[in-house]
Amino acid sequence: MDHVLAARAQMGTSLGFHIVFAALGVALPLLVFAAEGMWLRTRDRAYYDLARSWAKGMAILFAVGAVSGTILSFELGLLWPGFMRYAGGIIGLPFSLEGFAFFIEAIFIGLYLYGWERLSPRAHWLAALPIVLSGPISAIFITMANAWMQMPTGFRIESGAVTDVQPLVAMFARPWLVEITHATLAAFVFTAFAAAAVCAVAWLRGDRRAHVAAGLRIAMVMAAIAIPSQIIAGDILARFDADHEPAKFAAMEAVYHTQRGAPIAIGGIARADRIDGAIEIPYALSLLVAGNPNAQVTGLNDIAADDRPPIELTHLSFDAMVGSGTALFLIAAAWFMTVLRRRNMSRLLATVIGCGAPLALVALEAGWCVTEFGRQPWIARGLIRTTDAATIAPGIDIAFYGFTLIYVVLAATCWWLLRQVDRGART
Amino acid sequence: MNPAEGAALVGLAAIVLYAIFGGADFGGGVWDLLATGPRRHAQRDAITHAIGPVWEANHVWLIFAIVTLFTCFPPAFADIATMLNAPLTFALVGIVLRGAAFVFRNYATPESSVAHGWTAVFGAASLLTPFWLGDSVGALATGRYAWLSPFALAVGVFALVACAQIAAVFLADEAEGEPLQNDFRRRAIIATFALWIAGAIPIAIARVTESDLFAALLTPHAAIAISCAIVLGLVVAVAVARRARLVARVAVGAEALAILIGWFGAQAPSLIAGHLTLTAAASSDAMIVAFLIACAGGAVVLIPSLALLFYVFKGPRRAG
Repeated sequence: MDHVLAARAQMGTSLGFHIVFAALGVALPLLVFAAEGMWLRTRDRAYYDLARSWAKGMAILFAVGAVSGTILSFELGLLWPGFMRYAGGIIGLPFSLEGFAFFIEAIFIGLYLYGWERLSPRAHWLAALPIVLSGPISAIFITMANAWMQMPTGFRIESGAVTDVQPLVAMFARPWLVEITHATLAAFVFTAFAAAAVCAVAWLRGDRRAHVAAGLRIAMVMAAIAIPSQIIAGDILARFDADHEPAKFAAMEAVYHTQRGAPIAIGGIARADRIDGAIEIPYALSLLVAGNPNAQVTGLNDIAADDRPPIELTHLSFDAMVGSGTALFLIAAAWFMTVLRRRNMSRLLATVIGCGAPLALVALEAGWCVTEFGRQPWIARGLIRTTDAATIAPGIDIAFYGFTLIYVVLAATCWWLLRQVDRGART
Repeated sequence: MNPAEGAALVGLAAIVLYAIFGGADFGGGVWDLLATGPRRHAQRDAITHAIGPVWEANHVWLIFAIVTLFTCFPPAFADIATMLNAPLTFALVGIVLRGAAFVFRNYATPESSVAHGWTAVFGAASLLTPFWLGDSVGALATGRYAWLSPFALAVGVFALVACAQIAAVFLADEAEGEPLQNDFRRRAIIATFALWIAGAIPIAIARVTESDLFAALLTPHAAIAISCAIVLGLVVAVAVARRARLVARVAVGAEALAILIGWFGAQAPSLIAGHLTLTAAASSDAMIVAFLIACAGGAVVLIPSLALLFYVFKGPRRAG
């Protein structure tokens, strides 16, 4: 493995692992906060049991999220010194602010998890509030740094050196608002469907206790709000990309030639010069992008050959994200109709909700792949190429295998422990 | 003071706080590994109890130090991460495994094989991180990034012993009951003597192999800081023996501060000895000023939150 590929593999594995725990860290506190709040209001024991059980899960997930996030902050330098040498002094502000948000999260997670007996019920409930807020705020700051990588701004280059740095301009790079909305909602979508699936599977196994049903209800309310919002946010982001990041958009939608009346290509295997086996809907892409069936869409032929993203992976990731996102919307709709008609939970619906967890995982990972593959071959678009940013230190491939092994062990232990928490709650 | 010096002070403060609080958590892991005698289970419980609510917050000081380095001194961050890639990767493995192992063993069924396995990992990983972070600091001081040099390795051992000492002092205060407190008092005093020896070794090695560094250690501010650290070690040992709990805690923190100032003093004004000065590595003033304003704003939220955390778990009501 050459050193750039090894660095990319290690970064990709690290982020792919961390993003799951990060997403849960962003949105799970809101579920816990809601459950404990319902307990304080109704004094219904089911909500207390639910809050305790979710909080145990949160303790394990947050710790793994914190340490895997630490890996990433080191890896910025261990893997991408050529990037950080320039970018650190431009885009450090959101990272610094994230440091404080993470601090608040870590402090109150300690207070919350170990404070059940030490704080009054109301104070304990309120101790969750800073976690509920600082999780999304952390995610927003990190995504702002990512937005800068997509469209770097807030500096000038003079004879090869960075000058005239404007930290606030850099922090609010053009895609910041569309990106933070989509990324933060993604955390809520994933967490809601994952939590709902855990309850649905418990229910399918015959667990009819009140807190399982309560958990399913709270999580599905969050899911039913988050997923339609996410589809709207995704549509806005795609149109932003069409206008401002044409190379990424062309790779996502597999547009090979600049054309008017562009069709949309659903599915299929994108190759370097053509797409095989896709369902094409004429004019649909132009219509979606500009509201006009004859609007022009930029194709990869108008992007310089060395500046094109890997179309195979970008298009595949995009389809996986949109496909699983659509399926999640249908699951939420099915649940909503059942509630609306005051029908009872059926085995079929519980099974479908149980399938929501893997689908939400695919949507989360694939969505992140779209933005990262779609930015290639740049680490910061137009500024630094990924190949120039990678470290020259030896042994990166060994580190990649080592960390991959650690992730496998951590994931397996997490899975095993969370099942124990789930069982413990049942006995 | 110019903005870069301000940022360097913030970075130094983060490193000192990480050394004291993060160091105590790693030292707790060391004593977990070395738990012996009839009260070994009680010793482990006391360690878990002390670390549990605070380790995640203590750990953020490290993240904060890294962010300060790459925001305010990005070339130094890039160079250090490239040249010390291996020892920092080893330290990172320790950080990940320590944190994960700590929660895993706490939530696993007690006495299960999973709990035992992760307890072993917790102890071993707690050795790894202070050693390799100390080694990295030593390697920076050599000016050659010589992380496999005897000097750097000796600094690694020194850092590990320092963490164990800090942890024992804190545990002697926080453990429940006289016998358990005495266990940790004994450990704190032994660790203090061990720290003097572990501190003398890298200095002796430097005299033979690192002549520039040895000369730097004899400059006034480095020499004063090191002398203070030695005296403070004595204060720690006496205070622990005489059960002056607050004095012991403050002295051990001051000792860590003196050691790190000694290191900085020996290196100043270089960020990486002989390669990169503070000024040469500094980001633009606009960036550093924005960073310092963010820190001031962040501190307004952070300080009361930290105070609350430590008051609830380490304050007067902590029995029970």
